[in-house]
Amino acid sequence: MTIRVQREDFDVGAEIAALSAGNHRIGGLTSFTGLVRNMGASLGAMTLEHYPGMTEKMLAAIDAQAHERWPLEASLIIHRYGRLEPGDRIVLVITASPHRDAAFDSCRFLIDWLKTKAPFWKLEESADGGERWVAAKASDDHAAARWAKNEG
Amino acid sequence: MKILYFAGLRQRIGVGEEEIEPPPEIVDVAALIGWLRRRGPDFAEALADTSAIRIAVDQEFAAMDTSLAGAREVALFPPMTGG
Repeated sequence: MTIRVQREDFDVGAEIAALSAGNHRIGGLTSFTGLVRNMGASLGAMTLEHYPGMTEKMLAAIDAQAHERWPLEASLIIHRYGRLEPGDRIVLVITASPHRDAAFDSCRFLIDWLKTKAPFWKLEESADGGERWVAAKASDDHAAARWAKNEG
Repeated sequence: MKILYFAGLRQRIGVGEEEIEPPPEIVDVAALIGWLRRRGPDFAEALADTSAIRIAVDQEFAAMDTSLAGAREVALFPPMTGG
């Protein structure tokens, strides 16, 4: 229900505490934190570009879908943009529900879907000073398609 | 009509945002891409492979046959790599 697209870092513990504060119908929360990792020849540092306006709209749309499919009490998506270095937090998804299955499944759904539906692009820095746009992965499409099939 | 380019497409075309006035026969996304390609070699090259282009019309995902009637903002970009 809360979407934030921001340059700043976030505090996972504080976000979990804030999301569940005062709501005693919540029986469990699932959180997913994505980090910038070091891959192969790249330095690992990257700059995330996004489409302001559409990004928030798409994240809100997939969040609304999660609320339709699972009995969620609360949800949060934070996605950062700008320059990030290995180890930096890049994305946070938290879902809260009376039941753990709904919390786990909806969290997985949101991270799988936002990878292929939210307009973000990663520009990687390489050791030779060059830059390279990261190519979309077929495995991400497959992960997202898994949820589409379940829609029946 | 405002047109936006993102990521690798923006770099190859050399501009991120512009105002365009396509002729009236440009009624859908496919026709617009064809028209943009004829604007110069950078456009022709960047927009050659439509399988590598994603399109949004007024911030909603669109297809090649999506109508441009009433469209105010069209965005062209590569497949997304967020998360």
